[in-house]
Amino acid sequence: MTELSNAFEMCGIVKRFPGVLANDHVDFSCQVGEVHALLGENGAGKSTLMNILAGLYRPEAGDIFIGGKRVVIRSPQEAIALGIGMVHQHFMLVPSHTVAENMVLGLDQPRFFLNLSKIEDQVAELGKQYGLNIDPQAKIWELSVGEQQRVEVLKMLFRGAKILIMDEPTAVLTPQEVESLFKTLRDMTGRGHTIVFISHKLEEVVTIADRVTVLRRGKVSAANVSAKGTTKAQLAKLMVGREVLFQIDKKPAQPAEIVLDVDGLCADNDRGLPAVREVSLEVRAGEILGIAGVAGNGQRELAECLTGLRTIKSGEIKIGDAVIDGKTHWRELRWQVAHIPEDRSEVGSVPALSIAENLILKAFSRPPISTGLSINKAAVRKNAIQLVKEYQIATPTVETPVRMLSGGNLQKVILARETSKRPELMIAVHPTRGLDIGATEGVHKLLISQRDAGAAILLISEDLDELLSLSDRIAIIYEGKIVGETSTEGADIQKIGLQMAGVKAEA
Amino acid sequence: MVSSVLGVILALIAGGFVLKAAGVTNPIATYQEIFKQGFGTFADWRAGFTALFTGTDCPKGLLCFGPLSDTLVKASPILLTSLACILAFRMKQWNIGADGQMFMGAWAATAIAVFILPKTTPAVLMLGMMGTAGILAGLIYGAIPGFLKAWFNINEIITTLMLNYVAYKWLEFFVVVGPWSIGDFESTGRFPPSATWPRLTQFADKIPVLSGLTANPGILLGIVAAIVLAWILYRSRWGYEIRVIGNNPKAARYAGINLKRNILLVMALSGALAGLAGMNEVAALRELNGRFQRGYGFTGVIIAWLSRLNPIAAIFVSFLFGGLLVGTQLIQPQGISSMLQGVILFVVVGTEMLFRYRVYIEKIVEDVPVREIGDVS
Repeated sequence: MTELSNAFEMCGIVKRFPGVLANDHVDFSCQVGEVHALLGENGAGKSTLMNILAGLYRPEAGDIFIGGKRVVIRSPQEAIALGIGMVHQHFMLVPSHTVAENMVLGLDQPRFFLNLSKIEDQVAELGKQYGLNIDPQAKIWELSVGEQQRVEVLKMLFRGAKILIMDEPTAVLTPQEVESLFKTLRDMTGRGHTIVFISHKLEEVVTIADRVTVLRRGKVSAANVSAKGTTKAQLAKLMVGREVLFQIDKKPAQPAEIVLDVDGLCADNDRGLPAVREVSLEVRAGEILGIAGVAGNGQRELAECLTGLRTIKSGEIKIGDAVIDGKTHWRELRWQVAHIPEDRSEVGSVPALSIAENLILKAFSRPPISTGLSINKAAVRKNAIQLVKEYQIATPTVETPVRMLSGGNLQKVILARETSKRPELMIAVHPTRGLDIGATEGVHKLLISQRDAGAAILLISEDLDELLSLSDRIAIIYEGKIVGETSTEGADIQKIGLQMAGVKAEA
Repeated sequence: MVSSVLGVILALIAGGFVLKAAGVTNPIATYQEIFKQGFGTFADWRAGFTALFTGTDCPKGLLCFGPLSDTLVKASPILLTSLACILAFRMKQWNIGADGQMFMGAWAATAIAVFILPKTTPAVLMLGMMGTAGILAGLIYGAIPGFLKAWFNINEIITTLMLNYVAYKWLEFFVVVGPWSIGDFESTGRFPPSATWPRLTQFADKIPVLSGLTANPGILLGIVAAIVLAWILYRSRWGYEIRVIGNNPKAARYAGINLKRNILLVMALSGALAGLAGMNEVAALRELNGRFQRGYGFTGVIIAWLSRLNPIAAIFVSFLFGGLLVGTQLIQPQGISSMLQGVILFVVVGTEMLFRYRVYIEKIVEDVPVREIGDVS
């Protein structure tokens, strides 16, 4: 045993799902009071491993030791009883309830009568202790995402968690909120808590973690590596097994004519409130314009207006020579406009249909896919086989339903469908969200190659690093307005971060 | 596939318990009888197929494929209503008004048969017009909730369900209370002969094996409709649109597929199929009266579901179900037959659900008592 005792140890964990060995004799342990990052591509097995620790899955083999004692964790309740709490990527909060009400969700006490004011006091006290200030009476929906995350953390602390598992916690935070979270985590480790930090983001891992364990294809590829002594490149190689390009080698942009011209665009969101407020921007052929902003500031609505999925309230959109208005027949325009949607399975694909059938989602009404009333099955198949080969989509057959594909492969299907016809304009919304390093690299390469071939690309992303490395220019959107625009060369990241958070930049 | 068969077996076992509770000493014998009633004995079948292939007359005359008659007759309307449901459900439009649409189809066909076309119209023309009327009536009756759903997002489950009752009453008005009833009878009286289905035995001189089948050609309508529907769904552009909408309406919108128009079209066509079922029934019954059977539309829902929304499968499932309906008719006391049907259906549908999800039998890992590391006692 080392001098620092282990908060927990997982030894020889094996977990199988049909067709895949998610955890292959994994050993993973954390020392008390450290921040230990768990790194790996999608499908590497890190979420599975942590779900086992949190009581959501049971391993086929292997042991777990908490504080030296062997335990069997049969449910999340047992995990909590052992002091293990997990903060998931998608929050498990009830939006219409208050913070205090969410705190007691699922607890044994109180049995019947709810004494909320007592709980509120307890919550406030706990919050003060940990520097996580939150109003116990606030309703969840009123809180910002960063504050909601704080509630999730408090929820775990309220239940006496000593070991905290954070699953991709920074996915939805601004740079400032990330800093604040890190400060909180450091604070907590000072009090003896142990933090497991699951992340893709190498930059953050290197910043916050004490040690790093890397999983690859279900096995541990590097264990307990000291974060301070490792570079991002080394970590990436451990994750993927080969050298990974970080800085995209891109030629300087050669912007030509304006392809997308947006002027004073206004649109409402699903609730009828203004989401896009007088947005004006232009994108030229051969350049990438990045839109930076925290999720929920109107980017989604903007993208939907530009792809015919949302009605324009006022303002004008011009794509090439075509002016978009309510009567535009999008079916024709879609040949020139490629859309990589935010939510792959919600908008971008039809989950139960096969890959081949998804690939013709835009092309199905024209020859050669369809002539007259019927669909030419041979043509569909031929098209699918060719695209699968060209875009290297990993699948047993072209008839496989797309819901069986991994996130990265599904994105490839969508990309294949959208870009195979050399579009003039491309609207890419969070194209690498949820993708691992390997798949992300692929998407980035593709975007650059389309841009070099003369496409105009509008890139919306929450990942500032991605925006900075891919875009030629960046516009920052906040509460539906463009609050800043700058070229990526020599851009001031601090300033961009502030603008993303709505702080007015000093002139 | 395996799950369906398993489901049927479980259902029969469950039904066996029902029979036992009703005082039957040997449920298996009962099942044999049911099968015989519904489908005929194996001996008969053997004789029948021999006759078919050797081109001779079937020795038993009327009884060779005899029991099949009733089964086919029962299967026709439920095949058509199940196709109506399959089409709508494929697009996740929950048309549970197939019953009402069927009634309206029956009403329209009757109007043609008795009141609009003269008695002397040749059968082909008469039946053709009745069919057209039935289809049109069902089409309009289905288009109403379709329109409401497409343009105003009014829940089609409620509208179609309610319209069933309207249709029942509509028919009742004409036949029981009002203008169509003859004297005190709640009936339109017999249809002119040209307005009724001929019996299949009438074609026995051309196709010998049909001798003895009192069933009508209505089943062919269903089979043809099933084949057409299968082609539409799997091979046509429209079918592709339907399947995309049914699976992911957002992606469909993204692909430029017009949702409103498709909802309207699908509901209308679904109604049309059910309306055709109505015409089929009325041509077979040869009159329209107050006892026009309710419920085929709902049976259609179940058949559609059991067929996993596959039109070709529906042909076989409705045939089997028709056999079940016929076979259980003679069970005494009467209530048992409905109960048996109900239990069988319940178990089949229930096990369907269970088998949709993989059932894992997890090895319960032995719970070793917690010990300290190093404690090897």
